[in-house]
Amino acid sequence: MPEPRAPSPLTLVAELSYQCPLHCPYCSNPLEIGAETYRRELETEHWLRTFRQARGLGVLQLALTGGEPMLRRDLVELCAGARRAGLYSSLITAGTLFTRERAEALKAAGLDHVQISIQSPDAAENDRIAGNRSFAKKIAAARVARELDFPLTLNCVLHRQNLDRIEAVLDLALVLGAQRLELANTQYYGWAVVNQAALMPTREQILRGEEAVRRFRERVGPAVDVLWVLPDLYESLPKPCMGGWGRTAMVIAPNGDVLPCQAAATIPGLEFANVRERPLEWIWNESEAFDRFRGTKWMQEPCRTCPLGRQEVDFGGCRCQALRLTGDAAATDPVCRFSAHHDRVVSAREPVAADEFVYRTVKRPVRA
Amino acid sequence: MTRPRLVTGARLHYDEVREEHVLLVPEGVVRLNPTAAEVLELCDGERSLEEIVRALSARYDGADLGDDVHGLLDAMAQRGLVRDAGA
Ligand code: SF4
Ligand code: SF4
Repeated sequence: MPEPRAPSPLTLVAELSYQCPLHCPYCSNPLEIGAETYRRELETEHWLRTFRQARGLGVLQLALTGGEPMLRRDLVELCAGARRAGLYSSLITAGTLFTRERAEALKAAGLDHVQISIQSPDAAENDRIAGNRSFAKKIAAARVARELDFPLTLNCVLHRQNLDRIEAVLDLALVLGAQRLELANTQYYGWAVVNQAALMPTREQILRGEEAVRRFRERVGPAVDVLWVLPDLYESLPKPCMGGWGRTAMVIAPNGDVLPCQAAATIPGLEFANVRERPLEWIWNESEAFDRFRGTKWMQEPCRTCPLGRQEVDFGGCRCQALRLTGDAAATDPVCRFSAHHDRVVSAREPVAADEFVYRTVKRPVRA
Repeated sequence: MTRPRLVTGARLHYDEVREEHVLLVPEGVVRLNPTAAEVLELCDGERSLEEIVRALSARYDGADLGDDVHGLLDAMAQRGLVRDAGA
C-alpha cells in the first residue's frame, strides 16, 4: 500500500549561525557547535532559495535563530527575502546586538516579530547564567523593539537556579510591554544534558511556578499570553515532540543540514540531506531522515497497541529522549506511564544538588 | 469594543498553498473562513464597530450581520488577537 503523502509543514526553524556571545549552560545547540562542518555556514543565496522553497511546501512561520542570528551580516537581506517569499518571520535573539540602528533596518526589511531571551530577571544572576554581561543590553533591546512597534516575546528558560524568581519574570514581561512570555522549563538535550545536575528543579519549585502563572493569568488576562509548559519529566503522558516527526516543522542547521528536530543529530545512523545539494521538497517528502519516524508505522509496543489510542495524538513522544533514556530511538518515550522504562523518568525528578555549570562554548569539545 | 484593531504584529495573509485565508501572529497561524477574513480586514483601529457592520451589510444586500461580527470579534479578543483601539 502506498504511504499517504507527507503532511504540509508550517514552520521552518533556521539556525543561521552557532556563534553566540553568550554561554548558556542549557543551550539547545549540539555539543559539537565548534566542529568544522558548522563553520561552513550557508550563503545568503542558499537561505533565500530555501525560504522560497519552504513557502512552496506550505511553510508560513520562519524562526530566525542560532546561536545568535544577529551575528549574520546579511540578516536584513534575509528578512526582506522572507517577506518576499510570503513568510512570517520571528527573530529569536539574546538581544545584546539588537541596537536601534539595526532594529530599524530589520523593521524596514519586513521582520515581523522579535523574541528576546533573558537568563534571569535579576541582572547579576542573568549575567552569571549567560556567562557574559548582557542584562542591561537585553532590557535596552526590549525597549527598542517596543518603540519600533515590534510585537515582543520575552523568553526565559527556567531551571533550579532561577525558578524561584518566576514572579519577577512575569512582572518584567508586563513592564516591558511584552505581548507573549515563554516560560520554557529546561528540556534536556544539547548542553542541558551535561548540566542536568545543576538545572533540574525540585517538585516544590515547579508547583510554586505553576501557581504564580495561574495568578498572573487571572490578574492580567489576554494582554500577556503566558506559555508555561510543565517539564516533560513531570508528565506521565508524552507531548507530540515538534508536533510529530516530519509533520509540521523542520530545522535547518547553519551548514544547511535539514533536521526533523533540533536534537535529531544525536540519533545514530540518521543521515541528513543538505539544502546545498537537494531541493527542500525532496528532503521533506522523500529523505530517509524525515521518513524514519513519520506517522505511526515505525512504532513498537506499547505504542503499537496503545491502551489510550494516542498514536496520532503524541506520536510516541520524543525520539531523542527515548534514545537518551532507553538507548533506542524507536522506543516509546519513557515519559509515558506505559513505557517499561518510566521509572527512569521518575527517578530523574530527584535533583542532585550541584550548582556548577559547564558553559556552552565553540572553543573546546565537550562530551555528554 | 468600540474601534477594533488586530493585535500588534498580526498580519492577514492568503495562503496560496492551502488556498485559505490566515491570520499570521507571533509563532502562530489562525485559519480563517472568507467572511472572518473580510471582517478582520476592516478592523483597522479607525472604523467603529458600527461602521464595520454597516460596510459588510452593504456588501451582502443589507443582511443584518451585527451578531455574527460581534461574536467573531469577541472570540478573537478573548484569544488576544483583536484589541480595542478606542479603549
Ligand atoms: S541559549 Fe544562550 S548560548 Fe545558546 S544560542 Fe541562545 S543565547 Fe546563545
Ligand atoms: S503508549 Fe505510545 S502512543 Fe500511547 S500514550 Fe504512550 S507514548 Fe503515546
